Amino acid sequence: MKKKLWISLALLLVIPGLLFTVSCAKKAVKVEPSAVTEPSEEPAEEKVVEAPITAPTEEEALVAAKEVAEEEERKKEELIKEEEVEAVEEEKVEAVEAEEAKLEEIAAKNQFTYEDIYFEFDKSTLLPMALDTLKKKAEYLFDHTYITAVIEGHCDERGTNEYNLALGDRRAESAKSFLVDLGILPTRLTTVSYGEERPVDPRHNREAWAKNRRAHFVIE
Amino acid sequence: MKTICFITIAFMLLGPALSWAEYDYIDISNPFLRKIPVAVPFFKTAIINDAETQISSKAADLLSKTFEFTGYFKTIDRNAYLLAPNNSDIDSPNFRNWRSIGAELLITGGLSVKNNTMEMELRLFDTFKEQLLIGKIYKGKINDQRKIIHRFCSEVIYLFSGNWGYFNSKIAFVSTGSGNKEIYICEFDGYNPKQITHDSSITLSPAWSLNAKWIAYTSYARGKPDLYIRHLTEKRGAVVARKGINSTPAWVPGKFSLAATLSFSGDQEIYLLTGTGKIIKRLTHKRGIDTSPTWSPEGKKIAFVSKRSGTPQIYIKNLDSGRIKRLTFEGRYNTQPSWSPKGDKIAYSAMENNESNIRVINVDGSNLVQLTNNAGENESPSWAPDGSLIAFSSTREGPSRIYIMTAYGTDQRRLLTLSGEQTNPDWSPRVINK
Repeated sequence: MKKKLWISLALLLVIPGLLFTVSCAKKAVKVEPSAVTEPSEEPAEEKVVEAPITAPTEEEALVAAKEVAEEEERKKEELIKEEEVEAVEEEKVEAVEAEEAKLEEIAAKNQFTYEDIYFEFDKSTLLPMALDTLKKKAEYLFDHTYITAVIEGHCDERGTNEYNLALGDRRAESAKSFLVDLGILPTRLTTVSYGEERPVDPRHNREAWAKNRRAHFVIE
Repeated sequence: MKTICFITIAFMLLGPALSWAEYDYIDISNPFLRKIPVAVPFFKTAIINDAETQISSKAADLLSKTFEFTGYFKTIDRNAYLLAPNNSDIDSPNFRNWRSIGAELLITGGLSVKNNTMEMELRLFDTFKEQLLIGKIYKGKINDQRKIIHRFCSEVIYLFSGNWGYFNSKIAFVSTGSGNKEIYICEFDGYNPKQITHDSSITLSPAWSLNAKWIAYTSYARGKPDLYIRHLTEKRGAVVARKGINSTPAWVPGKFSLAATLSFSGDQEIYLLTGTGKIIKRLTHKRGIDTSPTWSPEGKKIAFVSKRSGTPQIYIKNLDSGRIKRLTFEGRYNTQPSWSPKGDKIAYSAMENNESNIRVINVDGSNLVQLTNNAGENESPSWAPDGSLIAFSSTREGPSRIYIMTAYGTDQRRLLTLSGEQTNPDWSPRVINK
């Protein structure tokens, strides 16, 4: 009986308390415009913060104008300086790029001249690696349309001079027809066979022979 | 019983006696196996003075050397001679003395010199038959010594073999002595080598025409392999400079025309050209390499190299019928065919296991023989005009040199030694009417 009483008393106090905390809204702060809008009383201190609404005096106007002009001058000079620096930078970049381009050009030309294509013994058929090399050469020829080239056909020392002269001829022609098929004008390419007469490696072993069985490009 | 014995003995004695009646000097089955011993004493001189003695010993030496060059004869060492030179009668020698030292043939010579002219008598005797076989008197200048000796040798060879030999012929070859491959020529025994091209680039494959009047060869003088046809002594000739290769000239026997490989059509084929380089007609018509033609002696067939069956092999084409027949079936690399002037055999280079050797095969494909073995790289065979010897190049000593051997592969010896390397010999036809 006592327990029930306390419980009902607690509930009696708690529930309304809950109700009160929920329903009461916060007191809103009332904005009083009159306190903020009173700048005309102290114009000097507040000039930095905001542009003066009141009309400036002549002296003030001149000074202001001078400062604006100086500011603009400064800005112009800065701009020019920036541009100059940019230009120099650009020149530098261009020079570097030009150097790079030159080096690339030399590298491409060297690759064209020094990269030979190789053949199997007694064969003039183009191997897969040779096709890749020839495609690069075709690219070079497409990029430099004024260039004509001589394709030399070579053999290793084995076999006889006469037969190798014919074999070298076939090797050079093999390379040429592939390039013509890719679209290079046949008049830009001449073939010469050197048979076994101009080996690049004079030794008498397999390594040397493999190096000598080649087609070699020369820019005219 | 006794009679049977007598009869059998009689038959056995009769047999050999029958064969004594006649014999050939040169055994045609292999004439180089047994060399006929010849004695060549110093020539008798009219006056015994320095000049004549010198000439006489030089001439006798040249005669001995030339006889030995042929491969049929061997000369007996003069130290074995019983009589002192100049002492025996040159027209009626003491045959018994010569027989006793083993000589079957004897050559005596007599020499007399007046101013710059010389008269030489040469006699060939059979010591067993005690017969004079050839007797000649030659007149000429002192410098004509070699010519005279060679003429006499031609007479001897003609007597024994029925053909005139090669004593007037020349050999052309390529040598790198000057720093570049140039064409050189020399006499058949290697005497008097001369450089005849001065292109300072690359020259290849010299080929002599009839009578050794013209020579054709490939040269890179203009930057690519062109065919040059040049008169040896007069400054005239032609150039075949078509696109591609112009190579492997081979003169038609007895005619002023030649076969050559040209690739201007895009494929390497053999063409027949005039001596001035104009195309008469095309001789091969198969895609793939066709090169290195060589003519049969009557000029009706060519042997050549073709890759039509996959590897370089030698084929024969009959130009009248157009029929082509494959000749070589052994090995995977057979090139540089050379047709014997006798017409029956073809010599060529066969490469196997990266080693090159000279092989000879009958024109009908039978009787294949390899003549060199285990002696470096042996290539580029070329027959002497009478078909008894073969010139070729060999690296058996290291640098490539020109070698000579008999048609049977015996007596292989070096022809000459020049600086650089010598390759690609071509033996000229006999020079008639020198």
